[in-house]
Amino acid sequence: MDNDVWADNTSQHWAYGTGFTDPFQDIDLRSPAADAPQLALRCLMLGDDALIYSHRLQQWVTRLPELEEETALANVALDLLGQARLLLSRAGHVAGGDEDRLAFFRSEHEFRNVRLVERADGDFAELVARLLVFSTWRLALLDRLQSSADPALAAIAAKGVKELTYHREYAAGWVVRLGDGTAASKARMQAGLEATWPFVDELFRPDAVLADVPDPLADLAVLRSDVDAIIDTVLGTATLDRPQRPAATGVGGRTGRDGVHTEDLGPILAELQSVARAHPDGVW
Amino acid sequence: MAAPAPPHGVAAQAPGTRLARAREVASSVPDPELPMVTVAELGILRKVTLTDEHVEVTITPTYLGCPALHEIASDTRRRLHEAGFPDVTVQVRLAPPWTSDAITAEGRRKLAAAGIAPPRPASTGPVPLLLGRRGTVPCPRCGSPDTAQLAAFGATPCTALHRCRGCGEPFESVKDL
Repeated sequence: MDNDVWADNTSQHWAYGTGFTDPFQDIDLRSPAADAPQLALRCLMLGDDALIYSHRLQQWVTRLPELEEETALANVALDLLGQARLLLSRAGHVAGGDEDRLAFFRSEHEFRNVRLVERADGDFAELVARLLVFSTWRLALLDRLQSSADPALAAIAAKGVKELTYHREYAAGWVVRLGDGTAASKARMQAGLEATWPFVDELFRPDAVLADVPDPLADLAVLRSDVDAIIDTVLGTATLDRPQRPAATGVGGRTGRDGVHTEDLGPILAELQSVARAHPDGVW
Repeated sequence: MAAPAPPHGVAAQAPGTRLARAREVASSVPDPELPMVTVAELGILRKVTLTDEHVEVTITPTYLGCPALHEIASDTRRRLHEAGFPDVTVQVRLAPPWTSDAITAEGRRKLAAAGIAPPRPASTGPVPLLLGRRGTVPCPRCGSPDTAQLAAFGATPCTALHRCRGCGEPFESVKDL
């Protein structure tokens, strides 16, 4: 009877490829708008952000201070992995390829994630600082993409908003607890913010993702002020200071969205991709 | 895939009766993580249709990464096969997204009876930052409102952990989504 489990699925390939039915079959995908390459790129960017950050969070599992935090961050990582799978599937749909090909067989310069998600966290305070920034930004972004011209992206965004609300609440809770805690926890929380801040500006550069809203440039300013307002509320409650840090420079103005990454991305990809690349025809 | 032969007489039933039977079977599939409730009671089951002899079941995920969805799909197929429907497909639909408001009254009653606090009404519209101002979830065992959240994430994507100061027991709740 076990074989039956895979009976009507076409993708018998890879870890969670097995038995994953096409989630887009109800959505009209016949003519992915005139800007198909832009749509594929948009999904790739959002999918790569989620995939790489999910993996970073997974690396914390078994190393967190309490069982509750293990469970929480494993859940956050799982949600993001779910988002990544659908976004990469959609990118593959539009531009050719599938989620596994995109996740496991691209090199560093082909990844389009923002550099914020790459860095290894120095401690738990850095972890929650970055999670606060990431989830606040992504929530605001996906909230807007619920009205995307692409019905698949709109559906993914609508689900993602609900998930990210919990991630943001979790991160905000910890930032307040550590910031408004002891002198030692406050110092480390502030240091965590300082380490994160150089990668914040990059989140608000015009790119293919933001091009999906009616008035991208005007909305970019609104997006930034919406995100700032939430973060300022959290930092104010936590009695922490908003860092004043220069943005991490790219190479000739190019950053993560252009495929220019920090040295932290390579080791993540090595870990993430090694099994798939060692057994390219593996099926289970 | 060798499906079992239909039970005697089933295939001969009128189409309306067959559809009703397929719906009944698909609705009875328990959630793998919360087995006290069915997929119909959780609002995960969206649609069951019968075209000629082909049954199509549509389900929706609670969370995008929820691994239970795959179990639900295979369990649905197995149960329908055993009930005499050899030709079954299970579709996954994302839109509109699942909300905990879709859990039926009967589902809520069963969750509470099993010691799991049912979700409160989900918020709609712009998403506010709460910073702990969500209020507490009443204890499903003793009804006391004097509870505290232990963890915002539980053993499954859709639950959170709490403890009751009234009866001293820990309990889970289904998150409002």
